[in-house]
Amino acid sequence: MIALLLLLGFVFAELSLLAFGGCNSVLPEMHRVVVDQHHWMSASEFTTLFALAQAAPGPNMMIVPLIGWRVAGAPGALVCAIAMFGPPSLLTAVTLRLWQRFRDHPLRVAAQRGLGPLTVGLVAASAWLITLGTAKTPALLAVTAGVAATAATTRLHPLWLLGTGAVLGLSGLLS
Amino acid sequence: MTPALDETPKPASAPTLTALFMGFLSVGLMGFGGVLPLARRMIVEEKRWLGAAEFTERLALCQFLPGGNVINLSVAVGLEFRGWGGAVVALLGLTAAPTTLAVALGALYARNAHDPRVQHLVAGLAAAAAGLLVATALKMLIPLRGNLRALAVVVTGFAAIALLRLPLLPVMLTLLPASVLLMRGKPS
Repeated sequence: MIALLLLLGFVFAELSLLAFGGCNSVLPEMHRVVVDQHHWMSASEFTTLFALAQAAPGPNMMIVPLIGWRVAGAPGALVCAIAMFGPPSLLTAVTLRLWQRFRDHPLRVAAQRGLGPLTVGLVAASAWLITLGTAKTPALLAVTAGVAATAATTRLHPLWLLGTGAVLGLSGLLS
Repeated sequence: MTPALDETPKPASAPTLTALFMGFLSVGLMGFGGVLPLARRMIVEEKRWLGAAEFTERLALCQFLPGGNVINLSVAVGLEFRGWGGAVVALLGLTAAPTTLAVALGALYARNAHDPRVQHLVAGLAAAAAGLLVATALKMLIPLRGNLRALAVVVTGFAAIALLRLPLLPVMLTLLPASVLLMRGKPS
């Protein structure tokens, strides 16, 4: 158990420091490590945890404690939360005092310009991977497409879209 | 805490540890599908802990660093007003309740996962959640229209991660320097 918790902590601490642009850019890596490498759960369970995390309030990272809970119960959730939130927080605290000085440094500006399109590619990869996991029927794929089009073009609150998907699912029309 | 950032006036009294905790707790509990707008409203408009420009300045740092930008922001704000204790309290305020709620949802699902109605409901929810993620990706792509160099990086990153399923660390170590070189001198 201790070994498993240590491994979870190590895996998510590394992920946390790669999460430029937030959780969505490391979802594919999380999927690769959790499902393909360590076989802690199936791809379908991973997708389900992602959906549950989206239905919870708060920062967009709640899939991480959920994975910890699924793998190692409450201690797993705690370890994963600390591993995912801790290292970037420390980095922020340490960097805060230096920010004024390096904010306009050419290297920092260049790094940000380079990170931009890379992050977009990673978020697109996340969207692709999660959609592969959820689109088990043509009707479910249609829901994904409809929600994507609505969310991209209107200011409708995401909870309405999640709720609509859940109700449509419950009706049994999608499976 | 950070003299270089303290150029504009602060409210007469810095927020207490309790105020930091409660402020970020409300952001964490009320924020569905994006906590940044709520965090800005709480910090700048309601509590007036920071001015609009100060907020933007700190957010720029938090978005540049890895991790969730509002999570990083809670640390920055807490640290600034109440030192390390403030940073811990603000971070806990933001993350503890949503973490507990997410795990509670997971437990509720696990207990009822055999029920076909629950399976159908979660399948629909997951399809909608995927749609939100697709929309996020689309919105990020739109500003890159016509920027062929940026789009080349997007496509390469997408192919490496989504299609070839390569590990992220080597992909970033290869693509980031390439992207920095390609994007040199381009407006960000």
